[in-house]
Amino acid sequence: MALLEVNDLSIHFGGVKAVQNVTFSIDAGVVYAVIGPNGAGKTTLFNLITGIYTPTTGTIQLDGESIAGKSPDELARRGVARTFQNLQICMNMSAIENVMVGAHLRLDRNLLKAALRWPALKQRDRELHAEAAELMRFVGLDAYVNARADAMPYGALKRLEIARALAMKPRLIFLDEPAAGLNPKETIEVDALVRKVADSGVTVVLVEHDMKMVMNLSDRILVLDYGKKLTEGTGMEVRNNPDVIAAYLGAHA
Amino acid sequence: MSKNPYLGLYIIMAVLLVLPFVLPNSFYVDLAIRMAINAVIVLGLNLLIGFAGQISLGHAGFLGFGAYATAVLPTHFGWHPLLAMAAGAVAAGALAAIVARPIFKLKGHYLAMATLGLGIIINIVVRTEAQWTGGPDGMPVPAMSLAGFEISGDKHWYWLVALVLSVSVWASLNMINSPFGRALRALHGSEVASKVVGVDVVRYKVAIFVLSAMFASFMGSITAHYVGFVTPNLADFFHSIELVTMVVIGGMASVYGSVVGAVLLTALPQALTSFEGWETVAFGAILMLSMIFMPKGLVPTLSARFGRGD
Amino acid sequence: MLAEFLQFLFSGITVGAIYALAALGFTLIYNASNVINFAQGEFIMLGGMLAVYFSQAGLPLPVALVLAILVPAIVGVVLEKLAIEPVKGAEPVTLIIITIGASLVIRGLIQVWLGKNTFSLPAFSGDVPLQILGATLMPQSLWVLGITAIVVVALWYFFNRTLHGKAMLATSFNRVAAELVGINTNWVLFLSFAMSAALGALGGILVTPLTLTSYDVGIMLGLKGFVAAVVGGLGNGLGAVLGGLLVGILEAMGAGYISSAYKDAMPFVLILLILFFMPRGLFGGKSTDRV
Repeated sequence: MALLEVNDLSIHFGGVKAVQNVTFSIDAGVVYAVIGPNGAGKTTLFNLITGIYTPTTGTIQLDGESIAGKSPDELARRGVARTFQNLQICMNMSAIENVMVGAHLRLDRNLLKAALRWPALKQRDRELHAEAAELMRFVGLDAYVNARADAMPYGALKRLEIARALAMKPRLIFLDEPAAGLNPKETIEVDALVRKVADSGVTVVLVEHDMKMVMNLSDRILVLDYGKKLTEGTGMEVRNNPDVIAAYLGAHA
Repeated sequence: MSKNPYLGLYIIMAVLLVLPFVLPNSFYVDLAIRMAINAVIVLGLNLLIGFAGQISLGHAGFLGFGAYATAVLPTHFGWHPLLAMAAGAVAAGALAAIVARPIFKLKGHYLAMATLGLGIIINIVVRTEAQWTGGPDGMPVPAMSLAGFEISGDKHWYWLVALVLSVSVWASLNMINSPFGRALRALHGSEVASKVVGVDVVRYKVAIFVLSAMFASFMGSITAHYVGFVTPNLADFFHSIELVTMVVIGGMASVYGSVVGAVLLTALPQALTSFEGWETVAFGAILMLSMIFMPKGLVPTLSARFGRGD
Repeated sequence: MLAEFLQFLFSGITVGAIYALAALGFTLIYNASNVINFAQGEFIMLGGMLAVYFSQAGLPLPVALVLAILVPAIVGVVLEKLAIEPVKGAEPVTLIIITIGASLVIRGLIQVWLGKNTFSLPAFSGDVPLQILGATLMPQSLWVLGITAIVVVALWYFFNRTLHGKAMLATSFNRVAAELVGINTNWVLFLSFAMSAALGALGGILVTPLTLTSYDVGIMLGLKGFVAAVVGGLGNGLGAVLGGLLVGILEAMGAGYISSAYKDAMPFVLILLILFFMPRGLFGGKSTDRV
């Protein structure tokens, strides 16, 4: 059984059918890309699966369990993590605290123990701090381990989000345009990072416009256009599909 | 963290220890007690406003709730003051929970409206139910006793309040750097981000609102016993605004800022006693100027200026 | 029975019209800038107090009234320029606190300047009460209702039929888009504060012959106007007007039939109920966040 199964998924915003009757499935351990022109509904699809939107029709199954309409925190509890196209970083905290927050569900969150400075809690926090620092190194943010989030450049923040997502020890991670706004050198670094993440055993789903990156990384690709599924397949199949070329690939390959 | 965040606490405790021997007369001791009481209230409110980023415009209502609970229950029903205090805090917490749950599912300024309404309703109730509360003139509050030992006089109150303040600052500092505290701050920084890492946003907001309400109720009871008298002014809209001002000027999301804000703005009315209208103007001007020029508040702005972290 | 009901209804609608004007003021500013202007109540107070001051200073009543609308409008603009524009884009807490601060400053200054006394204005067409089906209606109430109705219609015309009005509406829907098509959104902000203050001041003037005025009438009037705006759906003009009337009527009915001691608490109980059961208000729209 596939890890994630999406059947006939649709969402309407008033008259706008942002996603229409989309069906696909993702096996555990793959790198799965979702591509399509701007406005095709890719981020909306992500938002549907990660609980930010509730579908109008259709089903979403994670490991056989229906997750459609569940809230993001319930999905977090089921091992689903994501990053955001437009960054959702807590600028009021330090970089490492942003990563530590990712481990939220794995910690003892008891308020009374916190107020009383329970030794076990403090110890756990120290371990978490080290773990978060390690994660920051993993994503290439060694230089920012002691920095405040609001002092970091855009590219670094994108990676910080990935570190935060990894802190959740997820089984499924959604990366929404991890290379957006990055220069070619940074894009190559993100490419390598996503590869590292996938190699560590996490199933990766990504939305990306950079075709080189998509072709490099992905095991399978879903192509959306105007909210509908255009086709799905391996990189070779998608690249040679005339509909896809017509809709989208032309200028990018 | 390079600097010990508890350093400020040690300084505060040192000051508290030395103060009674340095202050010239009981007027100043009284002022110090009021400052400390306000500091604890503001700490609780700051958790809500500064750390969790929620707005409460009716916090004085919870103060009045606790104050009147500890006045009415012993006077009319013979309850022991401590029991009345506890009951007041629990009831305030329950009230906060009932109001907060539906409100927090909404966005933004809805809590401001709800707390505004709640605070005003509480104020009107205590002002109107004269046979229980003494109406606009207020009512006396019986003395507080702990296990047979009656607490009265500046000396007792000073040490009690100093202890409460020290413990509150310590607990707040502990909490901020804990998973719970981080979740709160994350909630303020980006609700969406905190949701996707698993923070049950509504539950946290309710929890912190209930906590700050119970804190306020407790301190309202303390105030009532200390002063020996309670009037509806304790729970009015202007007092709620005063409390918010203290949070804002000291520093939202700053534990020490809460203390600084409380100290400064408890002293201010003393300096302006005969200038009632000017007192209002001064408060208003402080609010506006600090929000425009120092939106983070005194303590965070100064510590950023001088290179420290807070 | 009927007479009693009508009595409450009349007083409710009259004060409701004032709440409606205040609520319109809140709505205007909220639409233009997403700010909840807690100083709105003080504009109402300024209207009444300044009308009294100018007429007592010897100016003929019509002149005094016009000034009592212009000066608050100027104060509104000053508030916008000094306190709102510099902090555009700040957190909601910040903006709310700034407007609360402004309300304190305005109220405090009036308290210092004009004292704490209560003042009145002569009713516009005398104070011989009219008898309608056993209930009394003051002629001033008719002025309040009449002028409010005219103002509401004029605003409707302005927003739906004139270019300036449509520009303001456009700004409230999407500020950036409005700027991109050449609308000067700073000017829209400026105008919305001026209009809002003028509306509030007008309400204050109209109601002073009936309920008197003093330095602190703004607090309750403003807060209740705010409740009215939320009841109607924050941001919706028609909602603001209906919300105001509703709050006024419910307050009067509640005071009359349930308990007059709790008259002032009624609008706030109402807002809690609305927030629990109908948070969008009567006409508020849905909104979604783009993530």
